[in-house]
Amino acid sequence: MGSDVDPLLTYLLRLADDNLVLAQRLGELIAGMPDLEEDIAVANVALDHLGQARNLYAYAGQIDPAGRDEDDFAMGRSEREFLNAVLVEQPNGDFAVTMVRQLFVDAYQVPLYEALSESTDEQLAAIAAKAVKEARYHLDRSAGWVVTLGDGTGESHHRAQAAVDELWQFTADLFTADRVEDELSSRGVVPDPASLRPRFDGMVGEVLAAANLTVPSDPYQRLGGRTGFHTAHLGHLLPELQWLHRAHPGAEW
Amino acid sequence: MSYDVPPIEGETDPEVVGTTGGHPLWEVFVRASRGLNHVHCGSLHAPDAETAARNARDVYTRRSEGVSVWVVPSAAIHASDPDDRESWFDSDKPYRHPTFYEIPDEVGHM
Amino acid sequence: MTTTEQPPTDSMRRFDELLRADEKIEPRDWMPDEYRKTMIRQIAQHAHSEVIGQQPEGNWITRAPSLRRKAILMAKVQDEAGHGLYLYAAAETLGISRDELNQLLHTGRQKYSSIFNYPTLSWADIGAIGWLVDGAAITNQVMLTRTSYGPYARAMVRICKEESFHQRQGFEIMVTLTRGTDEQKAMAQDALDRWWWPSLAMFGPPDADSTHTEQSMAWKIKLETNDELRQKFVDMTVPQADHLGLRIPDPDLVWNEERGHYDFGEIDWDDFWQVVKGNGPCNRERIASKVRAWNDGAWVREAAAAHAERQRRRAAGNGGSNGRSSGRDRDTEVRR
Repeated sequence: MGSDVDPLLTYLLRLADDNLVLAQRLGELIAGMPDLEEDIAVANVALDHLGQARNLYAYAGQIDPAGRDEDDFAMGRSEREFLNAVLVEQPNGDFAVTMVRQLFVDAYQVPLYEALSESTDEQLAAIAAKAVKEARYHLDRSAGWVVTLGDGTGESHHRAQAAVDELWQFTADLFTADRVEDELSSRGVVPDPASLRPRFDGMVGEVLAAANLTVPSDPYQRLGGRTGFHTAHLGHLLPELQWLHRAHPGAEW
Repeated sequence: MSYDVPPIEGETDPEVVGTTGGHPLWEVFVRASRGLNHVHCGSLHAPDAETAARNARDVYTRRSEGVSVWVVPSAAIHASDPDDRESWFDSDKPYRHPTFYEIPDEVGHM
Repeated sequence: MTTTEQPPTDSMRRFDELLRADEKIEPRDWMPDEYRKTMIRQIAQHAHSEVIGQQPEGNWITRAPSLRRKAILMAKVQDEAGHGLYLYAAAETLGISRDELNQLLHTGRQKYSSIFNYPTLSWADIGAIGWLVDGAAITNQVMLTRTSYGPYARAMVRICKEESFHQRQGFEIMVTLTRGTDEQKAMAQDALDRWWWPSLAMFGPPDADSTHTEQSMAWKIKLETNDELRQKFVDMTVPQADHLGLRIPDPDLVWNEERGHYDFGEIDWDDFWQVVKGNGPCNRERIASKVRAWNDGAWVREAAAAHAERQRRRAAGNGGSNGRSSGRDRDTEVRR
């Protein structure tokens, strides 16, 4: 990101990309869940994230000097230009990975959207006020499932712990900040990401304790998503997302 | 989506035994808006009440059909016997209905 | 719940009376065994069709060409899962369980609509499915809202209401493609060429060969015959194809002034029977994918059942509180 880019535009894309990439991942699961009820539930969550992404892209488009629209943002940018946190691009894995990833996202988005709904930027506050209701429901569901898996059978407990161990290294990336967040938070537009961390730790800690799961002791954290330094997985997700759109430049759909 | 698949070789009418290998069945009641009763709208399977309530929300309120849901284990419902229909429900007490009474026209609406 | 003894005449008379009066049959009413069987078979097939029907369209969710289309498609595929669920619930009122229905589908002992055994090869197929397949389904389903079995009829009312956007979104895709680039137009024509005949076959064999129809009509399960519904669909769809500027792949298609209907060519019933018998392009793949998801989810369902059972026991031990916080027995029970 060049330093001449409006920090709000960069920030909106970071949040929008989180939601789009996660919606894309969840979209891969349709018709593949453990039962029909969960097929329907996961589609609701995917649709919520997709809707949040679209609202954020729409706002980004309004302040974008190039006047890009949601599809330009979603379909027209390359891997290095995507600014989502690395957590959301991780593959679905088994049901435990899907749910633990969701829990981490939800425990991040609930305090984030709560804070953003108080933003001095009215449009961002309105987007967040709508999104926070969805995020609270998502958290209720993912927390319920993680407790169920942790407290279920020996196998489910083992799988849930393996998922926590695998995904924990991607959590700090959610809370990184650079001059974009610094500048915006100094004006009360967005919260300081670090200020969200205690709530995240509190909520996740409570769920993991109820599930009898533990946080891994390895302190390693993979960072970089916010500046387009991704894990290899995003480079496989984007071609599928963008291929058709890119194969027909300028076409209407 | 519907259609009609004709019977073919290898297709047998299943022996219906009603096994319950899966999660229990729950009846779902949705309140469409404040001030209205919860109304039965269907059923679903779930392992426990919390999951049943969440699934009810996900399945039966996809189009903002409700502001509140109840879930009740289907096994907890005790129903009247259809054979008792006449003895239970065919009562004839016309004087319980307002149209039974003659009020002079000049009195107006009552 | 299934009763096999000789029908008491009173019950039989009552059943016939209800049908004659166009009243609904409800789950706890007496009904002839054959009626129950037919109803289970039809509702189950319908439910399986909705569930398997998620696959061909789900195939394009991750590749939808715009975010708007992605959201619409996701919502539509989700509706299909929902409709499958409503229908399974209706079937369960007849005494069969979801578990049994799953097994019957997975082992090929119950069928689903053959239309879902064709592949979705281009984005235009998503348009064609909405326009033609949902169009054909709606023709049939509107009739089924008046079917004689109460839970089925009620499920269909809900389904028809929800599906009203499905055909429209498909047609909108076709409109956009046919007004688009040459490549997009070609895509749209190719999709119509491949989906037209399977859509007509969805209504089932001709009345002359359909032994099922007669009994189903007597019981008011079906209210119109396969051929009547098929004709209705053709009459409705031809002008829409004209509007799109697409050519229906049937050289015999012609307006018959005398009948007031379109005449159309003979459906390739050999092909139809091949697909019904399991030899369509996607039969194997569809069931394999369904069974894989089911088997992959087994440990999750077991975990949920185990957790629920443990909660129940905790609640009993706690004098009724839901016991979410009782960490000690969790320690002893979970760590095996």
